[in-house]
Amino acid sequence: MNDRHEIERVEPIENPGLPEHLPRPTDVDPKQERRAELQVSGMFGLAGLLALAFCVFYFMIDLDQTFLNWSALNVALGATLGFSLLLIGAGAIQWAKKLMGDQEIIEMRHPAASSTQDREETLEALNAGIDESGFARRPLIRNSLLGAMGLLGLPAVVLLRDLGPLPHSMYETVWKKGMRVVNDVSGTPIKPSDLEVGQLVNAEPGILFETDADGERVLHGTEALQAKAKAAVIVVRMRPDDITPAKGRENWGIDGIVCYSKICTHVGCPISLWEQQTHHLLCPCHQSTFDLGDAGKVIFGPANRPLPQLQLGLDGEGYLIAMDDFQEVVGPSFPELKRGPKS
Amino acid sequence: MSTYTPIEDTGVGKKSSGPVQWLDERLGLAGLAKKNLRKVFPDHWSFMLGEIALWSFVVLLLTGTFLTFWFQPSMAETTYQGVYAPFRGLEMSHAFASTLNISFDIRGGLLMRQIHHWSAALFMAAIIVHMLRVFFTGAFRKPREINWLIGIGLFSLGMIEGFAGYSLPDDLLSGTGLRFVDGLIRSIPIVGSYIEFFVFGGEFPGDIIIPRLYMAHILLIPALLLGLIGAHMLLLVYHKHTQWPGPGRTERNVVGYPMLPVYAAKAGGFFFVVFGFTALMGAFIQINPVWLYGPYNPSEVTAGSQPDWYMGWVEGAVRIMPNWENTIFGWTFSWNVFVPAVLLMGLLFTVLALWPFVERWITGDDRDHHLLDRPRNMPVRTALGVAGMTFYSINWIAGGNDIIALKLHMDIFVITWACRILVFVAPVVAFIVTKRICIGLQHGDKERILHGFETGVIERTADGNYSERHAPLDSVRQYELTTHDRLPVLEAPAETDDNGVRNPEGRKARLHAKARDFFYSGAVDKPTALDVEEAHRHADHTGHELPQGNEFKGNEFKGVSEAGIPKEH
Amino acid sequence: MVLLVGLLVAGGLYSAFAPQSATAVDEDSRKVEAGRQLFLIGCASCHGKNASGVLTKSGNIYGPSLIGVGAAAVDFQVGTGRMPLTNSGPQAPRKEPVYTAEETSQLAAYVASLGPGPSVPGDEILDYQSVDEEGVKRGGEFFRTNCTACHNSVGAGGALPNGRYAPKLTGVSAKHMYEAMLTGPQQMPVFSDAVITPEDKRAVIAYVKALEDEPSYGGFGGGGLGPVVDGLIAWVIGIGGLVGFAVWIGAHGARVKKQ
Repeated sequence: MNDRHEIERVEPIENPGLPEHLPRPTDVDPKQERRAELQVSGMFGLAGLLALAFCVFYFMIDLDQTFLNWSALNVALGATLGFSLLLIGAGAIQWAKKLMGDQEIIEMRHPAASSTQDREETLEALNAGIDESGFARRPLIRNSLLGAMGLLGLPAVVLLRDLGPLPHSMYETVWKKGMRVVNDVSGTPIKPSDLEVGQLVNAEPGILFETDADGERVLHGTEALQAKAKAAVIVVRMRPDDITPAKGRENWGIDGIVCYSKICTHVGCPISLWEQQTHHLLCPCHQSTFDLGDAGKVIFGPANRPLPQLQLGLDGEGYLIAMDDFQEVVGPSFPELKRGPKS
Repeated sequence: MSTYTPIEDTGVGKKSSGPVQWLDERLGLAGLAKKNLRKVFPDHWSFMLGEIALWSFVVLLLTGTFLTFWFQPSMAETTYQGVYAPFRGLEMSHAFASTLNISFDIRGGLLMRQIHHWSAALFMAAIIVHMLRVFFTGAFRKPREINWLIGIGLFSLGMIEGFAGYSLPDDLLSGTGLRFVDGLIRSIPIVGSYIEFFVFGGEFPGDIIIPRLYMAHILLIPALLLGLIGAHMLLLVYHKHTQWPGPGRTERNVVGYPMLPVYAAKAGGFFFVVFGFTALMGAFIQINPVWLYGPYNPSEVTAGSQPDWYMGWVEGAVRIMPNWENTIFGWTFSWNVFVPAVLLMGLLFTVLALWPFVERWITGDDRDHHLLDRPRNMPVRTALGVAGMTFYSINWIAGGNDIIALKLHMDIFVITWACRILVFVAPVVAFIVTKRICIGLQHGDKERILHGFETGVIERTADGNYSERHAPLDSVRQYELTTHDRLPVLEAPAETDDNGVRNPEGRKARLHAKARDFFYSGAVDKPTALDVEEAHRHADHTGHELPQGNEFKGNEFKGVSEAGIPKEH
Repeated sequence: MVLLVGLLVAGGLYSAFAPQSATAVDEDSRKVEAGRQLFLIGCASCHGKNASGVLTKSGNIYGPSLIGVGAAAVDFQVGTGRMPLTNSGPQAPRKEPVYTAEETSQLAAYVASLGPGPSVPGDEILDYQSVDEEGVKRGGEFFRTNCTACHNSVGAGGALPNGRYAPKLTGVSAKHMYEAMLTGPQQMPVFSDAVITPEDKRAVIAYVKALEDEPSYGGFGGGGLGPVVDGLIAWVIGIGGLVGFAVWIGAHGARVKKQ
């Protein structure tokens, strides 16, 4: 067994050393060398021509021209630029491979650590500096400096307070009692007789289409988007037999017409994949599936909370209106969800 | 070949000696220059993967700067009156409108947009491929642990940079992604809604997130990336590149080609190749056609909404996570979002960052390593890496579950359930299979050292015995197969010392020993010198192997004559 | 006697003065009858002899009732080849129509005769090429609000639960698109004319057709399936190609053997 330990210190196969350098055909044959030279300079030459072609195409081709159903300008500029660059690269590489000196050379490594001498001298310098500063000997100065630097972190944090308002407005949407439920994009109000069984309407609160005296939208730009991000709804009509309403919400629909929030309770994508026969609503983002025939319960996927329902009523002219804002929070959950006015 | 005139004697040299002198008198660069002009870099294709990332970054900087000349990072509303007819009269943000402008009114604008986006995709892919190469070859070991950490930093920053970038056009697809991020931030326990309102400046979408992402995308993160890339390169130059073991290569040297001229040409040339190839992709393959998605509208969404591929695994994790959410002491914890989106990402980067230190703790190996491992010689490390890749890939596939369902006519719920199970089972299977493959390859290597390679020549003895003749490998190949470290002798830690006193480190030491055991389990050790000697003696006697002294370089073997002596080439 | 003469005169006058409607009624009823014959052969086995549907033993729908679905629904289902259903599966796929245009219209007439329902849209409302720029823009807004969640931004289709799917819209005629919106085939919801007006529907079709006719500006489009395909291309073509170049760069070239 001793022998085995002895032998193990010896490698089983010796390092044969750097292999002998063999020349390339271009090193020994002047015809090959010339050929390689022509190859490389040919590539560079072509690259130059393509760069010029780029400039010509830029001015010659119009933005609306097409080539094989693609934008002609895009293809022309891209192909000339791309091949020009590629040829320069390929040329340089070919030059290195075929013509440049290709003797493998050896460089010795050095340990990554500093030399002992360097380390000692560094420590000397460091000690001299610290000693002269008195940092180590004067705890009052040291501690008060550290304290002040630490406290200076506070202004940096405090300055960020106005990044945004405090989160309080997640509980309400623009829906109010009496607000009409209107078709998105067209803004037309909806009568129950307009809807057939199996119908889906992507709807919005009426206020999004209201205009003021100047004909400008009352809500537009960022405010309109913020309103939509919570208030968008879908209205579906099912056979009344297919609906099992939530307790206490038997009268929230009208003749099988029900209204639910369009904003997924998972992370907020708008849902409108409505399967009219299974009455399932699928969110395309992460496949949370809600059963609108069963109080918007989650039947598959990562969403946890059921979809909030909007109570429907009819106004004087017979159009669908909301009877109140949502009774639950719309959209994704947040930590203080159950601590607010609604959950 | 013509003779070479030293540069200081040429026309160019003489003319520039003045300016060079002027600079040197102020900067003293000769010291640095002399060390680095002929610096040696080893040559192997797998060492160029990081370069793909590096050059892609340069392309991103160049094309990105072009785009900043026309992009307007504002969410203020405008009515589009530009060239793209289906949107004329449509309300949209300035960000989206200016992106349409770049695509349709600025010559070369669409090309630059596409090159920029393809380059970003390649940047992330190259980082991952490079990281995997470094992992599987053990190049993260001392003294390169810091460089590995910098690399993980670049990986995570790159993901955020890409996300910020593709969200800038404020189109329907990326806006849907921002909506997801809004829900993600909300899911952070206790402070989620506060952070959400601070990030978006109020309720989603607000009017400030695009300008803030723009700042992050063109200023903050590129600055961090540049700094980290600089540090990454500096360390690479200081430590010198690792190399594959082979003839003439040791832990104390680097063998390869000098920076000037070969590496300058190859690496510089590769920059042009990467740029050119990406430009060709931008010329012929469409990417992110925002005019087909439309401007962002919180009431609209498209089927098949996915983020860019490098966020795909997070997307998949979110899709397959069960819908767990509960309320504790009045606080709501949305595990269904927080775990896959936030915790999982944190877990990945933590595991990656810690790995060199974990391996160091397991192996107890404190030496400098400049020679690379062949992946097969570290079967457990390789198998763990493949298991990690499998975990990542299952999540990635889950992120595209609706596209898979549509194109392969499958049930999307079935795919989701399959991924839920596979995400745990597949990595274990991958580990076992990979480890077995590595060990099998090691066995093969050992066989070839001891008994040579199979020549394919079948010999039949007089009594009807069939056997295959083996020829010894040449010395270079033999050496290459034995350059890895011998397996360490694993000792069980002492429970008690000579006097019967219990070992205070007992439990920790036992855990350490178990970990070491697991890490080296199954690996086939390289043969000892004694083994090799014995094998050759055995060969001479049995005649199964061709006599020593006939060096074959494998592929030049031309056959064997009647007497069993190989024919000369 | 007077009564008899009066009746004869009235009857004669009637048949003299109302030949058109009689022929029209004859033509219509011939169509309906032809449709009924086709129905009995090709459709009754699932939809019932009188089209009132067939239930399975456990009370589930085997073939739905067609009373009141209207000519539009039949024209869509039969015209796109979805009906007759050849396999049971998650849903009826679009395939080569089995019936000719004339037979389809006969079937439609028969089903329409069973109960009032949406009729096949006329040529005027289907003339999407007459929609102006403002209309196409509006059509796009309706499309992105109501349709893309299932059918995707460019109508490339999308997945639904349990193996069902929203099909591609490319290569679908304007008439069939209109009918689908109107009748809500299978899982697709109904978009009645009262909410999405005929003009709105035409605008949607104009937008979809405009997208189909539009050049793929940036190059090869990847099927309109978005970032998933982009990622595949980045890895396979991008990394594959660049690693290929790297292998070329690192490869040892030909060597001259020692003599």
